[in-house]
Amino acid sequence: MTIEIKGLTKHYKEIVVVDQLSLCIEKGEFFALLGQNAAGKTTTIKMLCGLLPPTDGDAILDGESIVYHQVAAKKKINISPQETAVAPNLTVLENLLFMGQIYGCSKIEAKKRANAQMNLFGLTPRQSSKAKTLSGGYMRRLSVAMAMMSNPKILFLDEPTLGMDVRARRDLWKILSQLKGEVTIVLTTHYLEEVEMLADRVGIMHRGKMRALGTIQQLMHETKKHSLEEVFLELTEEDSL
Amino acid sequence: MKASVFAIRNHKEIVRDPVTLIFGMGLPVLIMALFSVMQKNMQFGLFEISNLAPGVIVFSFSFLTLFSGMLLGKDKSSSFLMRIFASPMSAGDYILGYVLPLLPIALLQIIFCLLTALFLGLSFNISVLLMVGVLIVISLLYIGFGLLFGTIFTDKQVGGIFAIFVNLSTWLSGTWFEPEMIGGTFQSIAQLLPFVHAVNAARAALSGAYLDVCLPLSIVIGYTVFIFIIATLLFKRKMRGLY
Ligand SMILES: Nc1ncnc2c1ncn2[C@@H]1O[C@H](COP(=O)(O)OP(=O)(O)OP(=O)(O)O)[C@@H](O)[C@H]1O
Ligand SMILES: [Mg+2]
Repeated sequence: MTIEIKGLTKHYKEIVVVDQLSLCIEKGEFFALLGQNAAGKTTTIKMLCGLLPPTDGDAILDGESIVYHQVAAKKKINISPQETAVAPNLTVLENLLFMGQIYGCSKIEAKKRANAQMNLFGLTPRQSSKAKTLSGGYMRRLSVAMAMMSNPKILFLDEPTLGMDVRARRDLWKILSQLKGEVTIVLTTHYLEEVEMLADRVGIMHRGKMRALGTIQQLMHETKKHSLEEVFLELTEEDSL
Repeated sequence: MKASVFAIRNHKEIVRDPVTLIFGMGLPVLIMALFSVMQKNMQFGLFEISNLAPGVIVFSFSFLTLFSGMLLGKDKSSSFLMRIFASPMSAGDYILGYVLPLLPIALLQIIFCLLTALFLGLSFNISVLLMVGVLIVISLLYIGFGLLFGTIFTDKQVGGIFAIFVNLSTWLSGTWFEPEMIGGTFQSIAQLLPFVHAVNAARAALSGAYLDVCLPLSIVIGYTVFIFIIATLLFKRKMRGLY
């Protein structure tokens, strides 16, 4: 088990944004966290990454508690945030090297990894371009590639394909499916084809609560629907609460 | 190690935005030249180069506040900071990483201004070197203000805050006129804030009155420590997402 979430809760004053979330994600599993806008997906990911203290509950990431052993937990994970986060005046290569090195890689090791990532993400021709000159889609690719630089055990991808063109999106899917089995991936997205392509299991959040959890097949069976989209719409219907 | 990696990134980020940098070097030089020309037509010696140079150099440090504040503010709003907050770096690594790259810039500002001052008639002696040391210490005060602003405000707000800060810090510094000339509340406020003490310490060092350096410099150091403590505490809160 790489991720064990136990009663994870976040309140902002009286508002409950994430409500008693409990679930387990297996090592190497590709987990898709779905939910409509403001469901609490990003907040959940932020708590798991140590960016936001939970109001209650805990999560164990590869044996380390995010509440009690935050630094140890942080070493095992990496995140590609919902908003593209790159250093604008650094080149593509420098951005990647930087990420490797703040996770403790030597320069040589970081260079090796950076080259591999640039190949994987088709960034090699742009390696000397400043990040701020990249198009939105390329910036996204860089942002995801940066998250891979630390060889994380667990990778959080918050809407990684937002703003990517059809081909770039497919390329990223291919890259992610290569990682399947090795890295535990938690992905949020609003593109359901992506989930159908990649996810081993799906969790659907609604107003901070986990409404359903399982493989796409299981969810379709339980709700007697014929597609993930129908399942999603059913489970996030306001009066279905 | 991690701090130095981060410092190198921040250094690149600052020097690759050359417009502000050139402004931060060029404006003080220009001001110094203008005022020393003005001095030639004045009866009293306020803008005597030995009096003017320390004040202008301290003024140039307000750009350090701008640089550090803007960088931190931008990192915050681009969620770059969030990405690296998820890494195992500590608060100390961040603070050091934001401070270190500004020190060579401070040194460069000092050198540019001193060369101009020497050209305008400042005589070179050992006191000049002592002043450089004092100035480096003073630069930390201004960097600290930048960190504080960058932690509290967004990059866009930092621009506005900087405009207020630069006015406040120079009018109350005694570079353009002695606060005693106005007296009253104005003078008391000037005495309470660190800026006039910073200029006094630098002037005393340059004039060779080494004992007179101690008191104003201690006030500056006290302020610097205080500001760094506040900035670090707020930064730590920010890291934990508490505000
Ligand atoms: N700092 C905050 N203070 C108060 N409320 C907040 C804060 N941050 C987030 N929220 C609220 O928490 C809720 C969940 O936000 P979150 O970003 O987790 O949604 P999401 O599922 O990621 O949505 P999206 O699909 O739009 O990205 C929203 O209603 C949001 O307004
Ligand atoms: Mg979100």
